[in-house]
Formats: sequence, structure tokens, C-alpha cells
Amino acid sequence: MTTTAARRSATIAAPRPKGDAGTHQGVVVEPHLDPALTSRPDVRPTSRRLGPGKRRRFAGVVGPAALILLWVVASATGLLDPRILSEPWTVVSTAGELIADGRLQENLAISAQRAGLGLFFGIVVGAVLAVLSGLSRVGESLIDGPVQIKRAIPGLALIPLLILWFGIDETMKVLTITLGVFVPIYLQTHAGLRGIDLRYVELAQSLGLSRAGFLRRVVLPGALPGFFLGLRFAVTGAWVSLVVVEQINSTSGIGYMMELARTYGQTNIIVLGLAVYGVLGLLSDAAVRLLERKALSWQRTLAG
Amino acid sequence: MATNAGGLGPSSEVSVRNLIRSFGPKGVLNGVDLDIAPGEFVALLGPSGCGKSTLLRALAGLDHDVRGSGVVKVPEQVSVVFQDSRLLPWDTVLGNVTLGLRDHDADARGRRALAEVGLSGREKAWPHELSGGEQQRVALARSLVREPKLLLADEPFGALDALTRLKMHALLKDLVAAHRPAVLLVTHDVDEAITLADRVIVLQDGRVALERKAGSAVDHSSLRGELLEALGVHAAA
Ligand SMILES: Nc1ncnc2c1ncn2[C@@H]1O[C@H](COP(=O)(O)OP(=O)(O)O)[C@@H](O)[C@H]1O
Ligand SMILES: [Mg+2]
Repeated sequence: MTTTAARRSATIAAPRPKGDAGTHQGVVVEPHLDPALTSRPDVRPTSRRLGPGKRRRFAGVVGPAALILLWVVASATGLLDPRILSEPWTVVSTAGELIADGRLQENLAISAQRAGLGLFFGIVVGAVLAVLSGLSRVGESLIDGPVQIKRAIPGLALIPLLILWFGIDETMKVLTITLGVFVPIYLQTHAGLRGIDLRYVELAQSLGLSRAGFLRRVVLPGALPGFFLGLRFAVTGAWVSLVVVEQINSTSGIGYMMELARTYGQTNIIVLGLAVYGVLGLLSDAAVRLLERKALSWQRTLAG
Repeated sequence: MATNAGGLGPSSEVSVRNLIRSFGPKGVLNGVDLDIAPGEFVALLGPSGCGKSTLLRALAGLDHDVRGSGVVKVPEQVSVVFQDSRLLPWDTVLGNVTLGLRDHDADARGRRALAEVGLSGREKAWPHELSGGEQQRVALARSLVREPKLLLADEPFGALDALTRLKMHALLKDLVAAHRPAVLLVTHDVDEAITLADRVIVLQDGRVALERKAGSAVDHSSLRGELLEALGVHAAA
């Protein structure tokens, strides 16, 4: 057994003349006599793969699904006291009731509107400021300092002042979200822009690109990876700000619905609210990632 | 067309007089005089760090922040090919070729230029999907689609393997024959200079130290020996 294997490997190692199975420097090589050699499938040297491998579909759902399964099992076996955390099926039936009387949709719509508006204004403000401060020295000295100061102040610490200025209506809520959103957009876009290789600037100059052409073909695409990184922080930040403004002083929205449930001790509605926030966060992050993959398809990265 | 190799007078496409450039206290170019006739192919040799790129960047108008003086006359249409292909990674091959073209038929011209360098069918590819030689061919297409009167190339084949480099020599020769720009090719490869150029100049101590006609009428091996000598290499052969 061992001798056969040894002989076979010796045959493989023997020098084989290309396209000619005959005598070669005294070594007789007859590959057709060794079935192991001729029928051997495409054997490749395997090297260790360091990347994560190919992207799989629905890979992002596996983790959350496992978490839900754990929750179901813990509730069903009585490990989890429903007074601490409602059973999943109670939450589902609560959702059914709230949808039936329209309260869930109503509150969800107003919450989504707040987050969407805040996100929109924050993105515009952050991106415009980043381009202005990234492309001109005057812009940088005027803009970068104040933004860094804003960054040092927790966004939620501004709420008392914003309430004094704008009252507790929608303006104040959207503004709070905007202020939380524009900072990461600004920081990451600015960093991406400043990271553009000077050689491309030189190229644009040698090709006689106009200022607008330079902005559109070099600066914006070059800053896009940074922008998307900022966008993912911004989306998360928008939901966080939303929760806070809706729970502090509000008469509508998912956060208000949860706050109301707390005063009546309705754990099921609180958990439902959390679940809604979770789903919204997950969906929006997936949307950003999808957008990012489409827009940055020129990149060759580990993400694939 | 009368090619005036000496290149003096109104018939020259490029004329440089007493060009001085310095970084800090050290002078890099100490009075360079250079003329290139329309359609003439000039190769620029010189030891590493002697200021070849500095001269080329001065001709390309890319040295705003470098101190210096002198007179530089270049045509309106100048194209530059860099050592790295310098393709925008976020733009397709065709997008890179037509970058900055403002006319309405830019795409059609870009496709034709890509066909000329043998890259038809790769218009939609991303730069990272091409080999090094193919990327440099895109860079050539990008520079020639602008129909330059002067083509400046800074060691464009320096990063390619020997076989690819030979193919690129043949391609560049064909392209230059078809478009007839004046060419200034910076290289550190004496053989590349001799095979491609009509005239070879050697830059040393910030000045043009040697100037020789090349081309088919010249004995290559003796020219090669002379150039290597000027570059301080004492060839065994
Ligand atoms: N941006 C720069 N700042 C300072 N020194 C430079 C700069 N560019 C080139 N030099 C110096 O000028 C000299 C000539 O450089 P270069 O023209 O690039 O040489 P080469 O002939 O190899 O192309 C070198 O000594 C280099 O160090
Ligand atoms: Mg150089």
C-alpha cells in the first residue's frame, strides 16, 4: 500500500516531455499506464484564502433570525418571564391590533417622515459643507472649526436650547436630527475628498478639465467612498435622535407610543416599538449598503 | 514636411530657452535650451534625479509652485503620458479616454482611439480589470484622442515587463506615425531611445550635455556606446 503510493508520486514527479509520451533522457514515461495520473481531476495547489470568500444571498438575515429564534425558545420554555419581556407571539398579536385600529401606521408614518426629513437636510448640509471646506482654504478655515466644535457637543445636549428657540413642534425635531446627521456626513466626505490622490488632480490639470468637470469627474466620485461611510453613521444617528426627540416631548410617533405604553405598563407595546426601530434600522442600513455597492462597483475590496 | 533637426527659428514646435528650475537652494535645471520641430521625436536620457521629470513638467505647465525662470514656448494642444497610467479608478475605460473632451462626438472619437490601441470591446471595463500594459494603452488613447501637437511622455513604459515594453514600442511608433505629434519621451532605457527617436539628448548637471541624431540612418551600436559613456556606464560589450 505504502509502496504503491510512493511509486505513484515518483511517477508524477518524473520529468514529462511536453506533447510526447516517449523516451526522454532515459526515463520511460507512459502516463496512460497509470490511471491515477491520467484521470486525475484538475489538481491545483491550494493556498490559504485570506479573504472572506464569495458573498452569499440573505447572509445578513441569519444573525437577526437566530436572535428571534432564541427569544421564541426562551419564552416558550418559560425561561423568560412575560412581565420582563413579552412573548414574541404577544408582540405579533399586539402589532395586529395596533395595525387594525391604525395607530401603528399613523405613528410609523410620522416617525419615518421626521427621520427622512432630518436625514435629507443633514446629508445636503454635510455634503455641501464638506465640498466647500475641502476645495478651498477659505472655506476650510471658516467651516472646519465650527463643525469640529459641534462635533464635541453631544447633539442631544442642544435639545433644551432648540426647544426654547423653536418650541416643541416638528421644526425642532427635524432640526435635532439634522444636526446629528450632518456631522458624520461632513467628516467622512471631507476626509474622502482630502484623501484623493494629488496625481489625479495633476491629471485633470493636464487634460484641461474645467472646474465643474473636475468637481464632477474627479472630486465627487473620489469622495464617494467616504460619503457612504458617513451615510451609514448618519442613518444610525438619525434613528437615535428620533427616539430621543419622540420620547422627551411628543404627541405622536413610535417613541411617543412607547412612552405612553410605559405609563400604562404595557410591555408588549414597548417591545413592539423596539422591534419596529430594529427593523427600520436594519432595513435602512441594508438600503445604504445596496446603494453603496451599486455606486462603488468600481472598487475592488474585501466586501466583494 | 521639412524636419529641421536643429529646430531653430519659427519652424520649431517647442522652444525652451535658458530654463532654470530649483527646489530649495539646489538648482535642478541650470539653463536648458531645447527645440523640437513639428513631428519630431526626441528622447531625453539622463541619470536618475537629473531633472528629466522637472523639465517635462515645465513643458506640460504642471509646475506652478516650482521656483525658476526661462522661456518656454509650447503648442496649445499638449498631452501627457505618465509612468503610471493614471486612470481614474471610478471611471470606465471609455470615460477615462474621453475625460475632459467637450465636443458632442467625444464617445465616437474615444471608441476610435481605443480601437487604435487594440482595445475595442473593453470600453465598459473598469481600469482595475486591465493588465498594466492595457492600462498604459488606454493612457495612450487618452492622450492621442486630443490630437496633440506635442506629446510628453515620462518613462511611460518603465513599469512594464520587457516583452510588453517591446510591443508598446511598436504601438507608439505606429501611433506617432499616424498622428504626427512632436514627441518628448523621457526614458532611462538607451535602446528604447535609439529605436524610437529621431534625436536623443542627454541631460546632465541641469543642462543638455549631449545631443545626437538617431533613426535608421545612424549606426546604432556606436551611438549606444556613446550614450552609455555619456551616462557614465562603461559597457563591457
Ligand atoms: N516636488 C519636489 N520637491 C523637492 N524636490 C524635488 C521635487 N521634485 C523633484 N525634486 C528633486 O529634483 C531633482 C530632479 O527630480 P526629477 O526631475 O524627478 O528627476 P528625474 O530625472 O529622475 O525625473 C531630484 O533631485 C529631486 O529630488
Ligand atoms: Mg522622473
